[in-house]
Amino acid sequence: MVGQKFLAQLAESDQAAAFEVTTFCEEPRPAYDRVYLSAYFSGKTAEDLSLVPPGFFESNNINLRLNDKAVNIDRAAKKVITANGESLPYDKLVLATGSYPFVPPIPGKDRPECLVYRTIEDLEAIKATAAKSRVGVVVGGGLLGLEAAKALKDLGLETHVVEFAPRLMAVQVDEGGGKLLRSMIEEMGVKVHTGKNTQKIEDGTNTTLKMCFADGSELETDLILFSAGIRPRDELAKIAGIAMGERGGITVNNFCQTSDPDIFAIGECALWNGRIFGLVAPGYQMAQVAVDAITGKLESEFKGADMSTKLKLMGVDVASIGDAHGTTKGAQSYSFVDEVNKVYKKIVVSNDNKYLLGAVLVGEAENYGTLLQMMLNNIELPEFPDMLILPQRDGAAAPAMGVDKLPDSAQICSCNNVTKGQLCCSVQSGVTELGALKAATKAGTSCGGCTALVGQVMNAELAKLGIEVKKDLCEHFPYSRQELYHIVRVNGIRSFEELVAKFGKGKGCDICKPTTASILASCWNDYILKTEHAGLQDTNDYFLANMQKDGTYSVVPRVPGGEITPDGLIAIGAVAKKFDLYTKITGGQRIDLFGAQVHELPLIWKELIDAGFESGHAYGKSLRTVKSCVGSTWCRYGMLDSVGMAIVLEKRYRGLRSPHKLKMAVSGCTRECAEAQSKDVGVIATEKGWNLYLCGNGGMKPRHADLFASDLDDATLIQYIDRFMMFYVKTADRLQRTSVWMDNLEGGLKYLKDVIINDSLGIGAELEAQMQHLVDTYQCEWKSTVEDAEKLKRFRHFVNSDEKDSNVVFVKERGQIRPATQEEKRIQLVAV
Amino acid sequence: MNAKVELQWVTVCSASDLLPNLGVCARVGNKQVAIFKIAEQGKTSLYAIDNHDPFSDANVLSRGIVGDLKGRNVVASPIYKHHFDLATGECLEDDVKIPVYQVRENGGQVELFLG
Ligand code: SRM
Ligand SMILES: Cc1cc2nc3c(=O)[nH]c(=O)nc-3n(C[C@H](O)[C@H](O)[C@H](O)COP(=O)(O)OP(=O)(O)OC[C@H]3O[C@@H](n4cnc5c(N)ncnc54)[C@H](O)[C@@H]3O)c2cc1C
Ligand code: SF4
Ligand code: FES
Repeated sequence: MVGQKFLAQLAESDQAAAFEVTTFCEEPRPAYDRVYLSAYFSGKTAEDLSLVPPGFFESNNINLRLNDKAVNIDRAAKKVITANGESLPYDKLVLATGSYPFVPPIPGKDRPECLVYRTIEDLEAIKATAAKSRVGVVVGGGLLGLEAAKALKDLGLETHVVEFAPRLMAVQVDEGGGKLLRSMIEEMGVKVHTGKNTQKIEDGTNTTLKMCFADGSELETDLILFSAGIRPRDELAKIAGIAMGERGGITVNNFCQTSDPDIFAIGECALWNGRIFGLVAPGYQMAQVAVDAITGKLESEFKGADMSTKLKLMGVDVASIGDAHGTTKGAQSYSFVDEVNKVYKKIVVSNDNKYLLGAVLVGEAENYGTLLQMMLNNIELPEFPDMLILPQRDGAAAPAMGVDKLPDSAQICSCNNVTKGQLCCSVQSGVTELGALKAATKAGTSCGGCTALVGQVMNAELAKLGIEVKKDLCEHFPYSRQELYHIVRVNGIRSFEELVAKFGKGKGCDICKPTTASILASCWNDYILKTEHAGLQDTNDYFLANMQKDGTYSVVPRVPGGEITPDGLIAIGAVAKKFDLYTKITGGQRIDLFGAQVHELPLIWKELIDAGFESGHAYGKSLRTVKSCVGSTWCRYGMLDSVGMAIVLEKRYRGLRSPHKLKMAVSGCTRECAEAQSKDVGVIATEKGWNLYLCGNGGMKPRHADLFASDLDDATLIQYIDRFMMFYVKTADRLQRTSVWMDNLEGGLKYLKDVIINDSLGIGAELEAQMQHLVDTYQCEWKSTVEDAEKLKRFRHFVNSDEKDSNVVFVKERGQIRPATQEEKRIQLVAV
Repeated sequence: MNAKVELQWVTVCSASDLLPNLGVCARVGNKQVAIFKIAEQGKTSLYAIDNHDPFSDANVLSRGIVGDLKGRNVVASPIYKHHFDLATGECLEDDVKIPVYQVRENGGQVELFLG
């Protein structure tokens, strides 16, 4: 990898023409990306992994010798001797021979089922052996070992990791992090054995092999993968008498020069200041230094490299920064452990509590980039450094370091050595998209760990330049939801195909399709299951029910205003009993029936409809419930009939598709038992009429509704709500509740009053007419569905069988069903 | 051991059971396969991937919304909205890959090869 980088950098240098270059490659193919080697198992080909642009060797006049290993260097004659017996003269020689996997000298290690993980050929051998195996063991629980374990698991093997040290990833992660990492990896079904010293490998009884450990225990397996560290490939240097480290590695100076000034060494074979750098980023830096040295630019030097790393191991984020173990004198640390959500974070700070020295992150590594920059640039820590790792509650923003604080010289992408200044320059020269910026600067194109930070730098720079950061709905439409709504209405567009053909591109996605479906529904109120709209709907809208975590659905019949007859209750109870559904009273004054399988939905709804119920639209971005208190009919304080008004409102706006869900409530007096001020539309009775409150929210970020108008009569109340809702439907963003919409509305409450009460835009009549059209064309989607034999066809799990999904398993708890846990499912399966 | 699935093309349903840009789930032996018909430039192509969503452990991918992202045909899982490449099974958000299968239309029937 590093050798190829050297060639690429040399080819780009202004003196490329002065060199006649030959490159020897022992492998049968030119350089490929080892960092993504594991992707070979998930279908990437050797070509996909190649690091060599097509035509690279030809166009740069580089003489490529594949399958040709250099075996000796005649330094006196300045010649390289190859395995084919040829010898080739050189003026300058660069060694980028990398390293080889270390296999501990255990008796039995040479058996054909004992393999390593370094080259494409290694992976081919693993694949072939795995095909004949049931169990696989990885020896070595480091970074690479865990990656290899994932590969074995994906190949379907029962997978074990055997580690000599008492914890996983001992180099990068401390004890606390190692413990958490272990529990997460074990949860994924990989068995971890730490503190195990393998003594020999013999024939197994039930398996091909058996490993015997120093503590007397044994492990049966069919395949063993050694990942016990790497050793520099320094054999050429050794033969040629070039200076080497005591424990191997070709000694180099700051110019990557070996003890022979005409011979350079770069990458994993090079030993600088007694250290080997087993990562690509430092290797790439060495490549540049060597190019500079050879082309006479001696100002560039290699001065060591940061070995911080961030990776996703088996789906777990793991990062290690700087002095992770706190070995600096006087270092102190803060740590945070969350065993419930599986997060471990530690920061190591200087003894004056001012600077970050290192960090370990397991389970969540989102602020890796920020922490790394703080360490690399010696940015002063905030007053309470623990804020950097404690979770943020109540939606408070994390203490932002802000990319603005970084100096221009801050290295943002360490793989490709790109600084903040270079990124900003590129943005200033007109690069305004992340993809283009990556292509232009190469930042983020190797390990990808810096991508988020690159994006932040770009956005900050764009903002500085006064360039608008795009608000496009998604890659298919260069419009906001509001603009699309207008496009649909003005152009009378009736289908997604038409919209995307005329105003968008591509085939759409799970963002623009449901948004379009919602816009089409609130413009034209077509039957939501019409075949041409079907593919646009979220599964909830497609099956007219809410999907639950196990793939089953919930059923919520509408109970307007929360008023229900005893017969109604009995009917719901009977249906729930017949289909054995979990039954719960919701927070919205109605009843939710859970655990319905897709084929049961029409059967359940048929019975509910026969008993007089209709869809509650709990699945749609539409009106949910109009909650009510009991009101003047019974309550001694009630001013007006809140239940009656709630029913009127719920029946009027039921089924209305909107940018997000809508909730309403009506209280009979100022005691406010229906909590109307926490709803999108809240109505409270007074002595003189209704008070209308708008844009409240319970939920994630509560907002008290604003008092919009007082003492209204019934007709005016409904007129205002009609106008308000239609105006929101037309102008809000996708998934924007009225509360957020209001907070972003220019002019705020005053403007809204102007539009709705004073009709300042002159659209009042139009809004009312559009709402009336929706009210008049309302149909219960479930009623239309159970009456349509064609539509009923979709309600089955398998297209070719009436079987149920065997992965849906229930157990009983407190007298009702609930989804079985993974553990319970396993037990049940064994019992069968 | 799981029942061995035959190494041959198996007919699962009629071509008319598939609607454009929608999925169905077919059962073959113990496997659940999500089959999608995607309309592309005037013609339609078939894709088959495993129906199992590894993130929720639910068999639901046939019920996701299909579309394209950066030129790759994808389905979005209805549970946590991860996207899977219909051609390769790769997840776009995470380092996870689900099985893909060969599928074809043959004489009005949809056939799968689980090899
Ligand atoms: C069933 C219920 C909980 C219960 O057992 O009581 C419930 C269940 C769900 N809520 Fe809720 N919410 C329920 C009342 C509420 C309430 C209370 C209320 O309405 O009085 C709130 C706070 C009020 C509000 O909306 O502001 C509430 C705030 C949320 C939110 C946060 C919304 C927000 O903008 O802050 C979500 C997430 C979302 O919609 O994006 C949510 C989402 C959900 C989802 C849809 C989550 C999901 O995607 O699966 C749950 C669906 C379960 C299902 O399949 O039916 N639920 N949810 C309640 C149904 C009421 C009903 O009869 O329709
Ligand atoms: C599975 C895996 C995952 C990894 N993940 C990461 C990661 O996420 N991040 C990271 O920074 N690093 C990672 N690494 C490490 C990274 O791949 C190495 O640091 C990098 O490959 C070193 O580059 P190199 O050029 O020094 O060595 P190599 O890439 O090994 O190149 C050396 C080449 O020289 C050839 N060669 C050796 N001797 C001779 C000879 N005498 N004659 C001719 N040819 C010879 C070898 O065959 C080889 O092709 C990973 C490594 C592996 C194996
Ligand atoms: S509060 Fe959360 S868990 Fe409870 S029902 Fe609402 S969304 Fe589901
Ligand atoms: S740091 Fe690896 S790609 Fe930027």
